[in-house]
Amino acid sequence: MATSAVLLVRLGALGLLAVVLQVSAVSQLTVFDTNADVVPLVVAFAALLTGAVPGAIFAFVAGLFIDTALVGTLGVSSLVYVAIGYGAGRLRELRDPQSSLVPLALGAAASAAAAFGFALVQFLLGAEAPVSFELIRQLVVATLVSTLLALPVYAGVRRALVPALPDDPRRRRRRAYTTGGLSPLSRP
Amino acid sequence: MHDKTIRRRRLVLLGLVVGSLLLLTASFGDSAGGGLGAIQRGASAVLTPVQEGASRALKPVRDGAGWVGDTFEAKGKNKELRGDLAEARQVRVDIDALRRENAELRRMLDMNERLQIQDMGLVAARVITRSPNVINQTIKVNQGSAQGVAKGQPVLTGSGLVGTVDAVGPNFAIVELVTDADFGAGAKVSQSGIPGVVTPAAGAPRELRMEYTEATDDVRRGNTLVTSGTSDPEFPSPFPPDVPIGRVIEVEDPGSDSQVIHVRPFVDVRDVNFVEIVTKMDPSRS
Repeated sequence: MATSAVLLVRLGALGLLAVVLQVSAVSQLTVFDTNADVVPLVVAFAALLTGAVPGAIFAFVAGLFIDTALVGTLGVSSLVYVAIGYGAGRLRELRDPQSSLVPLALGAAASAAAAFGFALVQFLLGAEAPVSFELIRQLVVATLVSTLLALPVYAGVRRALVPALPDDPRRRRRRAYTTGGLSPLSRP
Repeated sequence: MHDKTIRRRRLVLLGLVVGSLLLLTASFGDSAGGGLGAIQRGASAVLTPVQEGASRALKPVRDGAGWVGDTFEAKGKNKELRGDLAEARQVRVDIDALRRENAELRRMLDMNERLQIQDMGLVAARVITRSPNVINQTIKVNQGSAQGVAKGQPVLTGSGLVGTVDAVGPNFAIVELVTDADFGAGAKVSQSGIPGVVTPAAGAPRELRMEYTEATDDVRRGNTLVTSGTSDPEFPSPFPPDVPIGRVIEVEDPGSDSQVIHVRPFVDVRDVNFVEIVTKMDPSRS
């Protein structure tokens, strides 16, 4: 099977698994009166590994999955997740960050974007909820709780996708520079 | 080549955003029996057995995490609770879960007898998923139109009102919880009969508010709120009367027209495992 087809299958399975896990288990675990949301994390990390375009498409489909599973207004989650997926993908394309703290920072940003983005879209659609200190506090706590899961979720997404990713020339080059004798500078 | 890549990337992004907005517009304007809703409910019906299987398979994980959470909470309570906690640590997690389920179901039966609603086509259902966001507070239960469940029907537990049915598929129903931003119900103070409307307090999942009371209405901390049922036959209430809602914990600006009554719901919507749906309302009793 071609690499892209394998990647497509893995992304589809990852999206479905993330949504089923979220609605069946993670949503039902309450911490400080709120719960974590792993779907924005999965979307951001998949985009970080695959790039802006595949990341945005994966985000759109994951949003459709979750709106369908919860019988919510279609398109709301897709809209929020597309922004997260595209942003994370562009981060990889422009900066290709390698620090071990990147998943944590990106996870926090993705969780915050999802929590506040979703609330914003709901307000725009006419949800009659007053903007109060309690609401903001709840969104911040939800973001922090989701961020706690960033590292294990990143490890899982990486494990699922990396074997199916095409070899990236930038990474190959970086490997060459960081593995002693293989550096072009050390050659005669 | 580079320009082409940028153009393609921007086109894909634009396409996805437009696609999302189109879906949103179509879904928002779609009537309950509309085509898009039917497709969505069909897809959700297919997913329901998978979700139910996953929900059951992951129950030990949830119970385990719940047990850990309860332990942390209990640390801040008094000596008696600490003693109970030490004892509870020795009990296996799954036995605790079974006891909780048993108590929940018994409370439900007691409530049915107390409110005399056994003949209202009660359908017992298990909660299989919960909405993950703060604004839309919904749960999905494993009974649907095949069991007579329909949109708008009230949903209860042994402790009181949970919400109303918001959407239905053949084998599932989505329940809008009392803490959902769009929820509202006619209520009265059980001690004095003072009427009002109960709405959620956004961002505070364990609090409701009672509004539209008059300045002369004397509502006090500790008063109990129940559903008012139908007071005007032209506007029948979807709820049976006297279903417990919550207890008054604070009255803001008492004695003024803008007084707001803060209410702690009897049902902890984050910890509901079983519910009952009232599928046959008796107009003479509502």
